[in-house]
Amino acid sequence: MTRSPASALTGAGLGLLNCHVCGRLSRMSPAVHEARCPRCAARLHFRKPDSISRTWALLIAAMILYVPANLLPMMKTSSLFGSQSDTIMSGVVYFWTSGSWYLALIIFFASVMVPLLKMLALMLLLVTVQRRSRWQREQRARLYRLVEFVGRWSMLDIYVVAVIVALVQLKALATIQPGPGAIAFGAVVVLTMFAAMTFDPRLIWDSLEKRDG
Amino acid sequence: MSAGLIACHECDLLQREAALPQGGIVRCARCGAELYRSHPHSLERALALTVSAIVLFVIANSFPIIGLQLEGQVIQTTLYKTVTTLWDEDMKSVAALVFVTTIAMPALQLSAIAYLLLPLRLGRVPAHFGPVFRLLQTVRPWGMVEVFMLGVLVSLVKLAHLAGVVAGVALWSFAALMLVMAGISAVFDARGLWARAGALR
Repeated sequence: MTRSPASALTGAGLGLLNCHVCGRLSRMSPAVHEARCPRCAARLHFRKPDSISRTWALLIAAMILYVPANLLPMMKTSSLFGSQSDTIMSGVVYFWTSGSWYLALIIFFASVMVPLLKMLALMLLLVTVQRRSRWQREQRARLYRLVEFVGRWSMLDIYVVAVIVALVQLKALATIQPGPGAIAFGAVVVLTMFAAMTFDPRLIWDSLEKRDG
Repeated sequence: MSAGLIACHECDLLQREAALPQGGIVRCARCGAELYRSHPHSLERALALTVSAIVLFVIANSFPIIGLQLEGQVIQTTLYKTVTTLWDEDMKSVAALVFVTTIAMPALQLSAIAYLLLPLRLGRVPAHFGPVFRLLQTVRPWGMVEVFMLGVLVSLVKLAHLAGVVAGVALWSFAALMLVMAGISAVFDARGLWARAGALR
């Protein structure tokens, strides 16, 4: 980047509020707390309100639930030959050993790696923003976009459980029931999605300005 | 006011709007976020795709997705039945999550787009344009048709060794719906819609 930091003019720096719904710029004095977009009536903020503490709260809740999501069974299979509980990892192992290694990889990435990396990425973004770090801004902005894009794919396992449970209700052969892990896992996905939404990526760039945004 | 100025929604950098060749994308000079894009006949294309998506959505929800074949019996499930089974298994929160992300949100999204675009195409601005547009923005991240589609495929493979698996009509319409909805978000031009609504008012 060749641009000198001082020449970067931001909306907040000039007292211009960018509407997150329709993109209209409105001039407001920084003292105003409650403002609405004159074009679409959406609530306007210079930055998302309490972005850092809200994102931390959602993120910590997600991290706590990530433990039961991985340890508790997602599905319970009971048949004439006994019953069996499946966690996410045992499902991955099952696919890997039965030869469907590509499915094992898909499930491993979508259900184990994506939530984990997503939480680590949000943590990195929060810590660097709180330290007003100037390190790798462009890469961090890119990381945020990746987190937003990729998070939804973690829902995969929930849908697999839903479809299989609905189909395998043959009393003669086997019944498959959803396990408590599914609840925890669904909560992790929803919480991390909310966490990504409450994080304000503009904070990454605010360390450039002298005045606090 | 501030004609020609645009603030990046991801880094708040102020930039001058640039004229754009058809099909071009404008990215923020600082953080690289997509600011806006121009598509020829964006409104007409988005509307056409939305109409086909609504048809596909209705088909996808009224026919079985997959079935299991076992000793001459076929057990089938629709999307809605997966939700009710989870509900009956006392997994109410998971049932609600599946219902919201695969049925309610896509339905809301498609009807909101149709509600906004159809009158605009006919030269009128629909009532409550702003609130409906806001609703559309809130709803969008929660519609997960494409993830559900992958989930169905994974369960298909998982069940294939247990019994014969039959693909239902809804499976194909879901696959098509997934592609059409990706098309809608590719041609949807929020900035152009506001400009159009502004010119009509």
